[in-house]
Amino acid sequence: MTPITVRVDGAAYTDDVEPRTLLVHYLREQVGKVGTVVGCDTSNCGACTVHLDGEAVKSCTVLAVQADGCEVTTIEGVGQDGLHPVQKAFHEMHGLQCGFCTPGMIMASIDLLEDNPDPSDDEVREGIEGNLCRCTGYQNIVRAVRHAAAEMRGGGGGSRNGHVSPAVVDTAAAPHVAVQA
Amino acid sequence: MIPAPFQYVRPTTVEEALQAIADGGEDVKVLAGGQSLIPVMRLRLAAPETVVDLGRVAGLRGVRDDGDAIVIGAMTTHSDVLSDPLIAEHAPLVAEATATVADRQVRHRGTFGGALVHADPAGDLPAVALALDAEFVIAGQSGRRTVPAAEFFVDYLTTAVEEGELLVEVRVPKLTGSWGMRYEKFNRVAQAWSIVAVAAVVRRENGRIAEARVGLTNMGPTPLRARQVEEALAGAEATPEAVAAAAQRAAEGTEPSSDLNAQADYRQHLATVLTRRAVTAAAGL
Repeated sequence: MTPITVRVDGAAYTDDVEPRTLLVHYLREQVGKVGTVVGCDTSNCGACTVHLDGEAVKSCTVLAVQADGCEVTTIEGVGQDGLHPVQKAFHEMHGLQCGFCTPGMIMASIDLLEDNPDPSDDEVREGIEGNLCRCTGYQNIVRAVRHAAAEMRGGGGGSRNGHVSPAVVDTAAAPHVAVQA
Repeated sequence: MIPAPFQYVRPTTVEEALQAIADGGEDVKVLAGGQSLIPVMRLRLAAPETVVDLGRVAGLRGVRDDGDAIVIGAMTTHSDVLSDPLIAEHAPLVAEATATVADRQVRHRGTFGGALVHADPAGDLPAVALALDAEFVIAGQSGRRTVPAAEFFVDYLTTAVEEGELLVEVRVPKLTGSWGMRYEKFNRVAQAWSIVAVAAVVRRENGRIAEARVGLTNMGPTPLRARQVEEALAGAEATPEAVAAAAQRAAEGTEPSSDLNAQADYRQHLATVLTRRAVTAAAGL
């Protein structure tokens, strides 16, 4: 066993782990951060994405011992006072179907928006290419990320990509829902 | 799926790392970013007794100017490569290819040196290093040696790094004159490996192609230089027709594999098409 000290969502933890323990298993089983999920288990799907020292990583492909001395943020730690703007946007724009990919999608999207605060549709798709949605709900995920980007830039006004966030948004903003209604 | 148990060693200097590798014996693996090694260990395709983690070794991360070359530390992450001003200025081909590696999460962890030493035939950086005539600085307990890219890639997943050695940095010569570069990658879906890719580095002079270097990804067990194309382009007129004629020879002498993504003859076809595109772009046509 190897001792590690990690800050997770703002709290310090000191634990003994086997060197082979994956970060995602440490977070879920020892720290109790079950908001971070295991999807594909092979580093493809991105469902287990967390931030390690501020950068998005796939926590199924990081050893817990590699996180020793680091700061980890999971989906449970992104909203300081209520929901993070990206969480809020996924809710408002219906950026999920079954919801299993959502924690990773949100963590990857926050990371993307730090580098590119006003991404185009294509830039969002490229930027979160490491995350797979088995429901194929990508259209509203892209909308949610761009909606969040507009909110986070402030003002909710215009952007170089011509996206204008509506004053009041609900799930009917999704065209296929609107058609059914 | 979790890896088999192993001893974990986390050195802080190259000397300590070399000692740990020596102490680990035959069954030791070096962990850089872990984006290939950890999945392989999880699948139990590798079950080393000892893992030597380079994550805390000082001095292996970063890019520096060394006069006629830039020097990229082996532990420099792909993300660092993408934002590095020296690479942008002197070796933009490295950044262009790195941007196509996997996805942003993997690029935050994966390293330049790790990808090169892993030497996956479908990896993007080996052909780029070959086209740029990079040099590999390898440390061992008896000192350091420098290996040219042409001798570095030995076979499938095998490089000139011997047992007990460590890749510490890669020297990329600065190019003088009017050079253009392009990496053309063909794959089918997001975050996928190259089915085939081509790295082209072209120097133009007085309306002609003075020199062209063409590296091929995934056209055999190691990255290759398309020497026939390079010879056909040397001194050729910088016209689309001349480039297209030369590119027809891109697959000569290659023996690419057949797999779920492509048959060998399709890979050979792709090599000619991607070479034409890459050289055309690199020549500014």
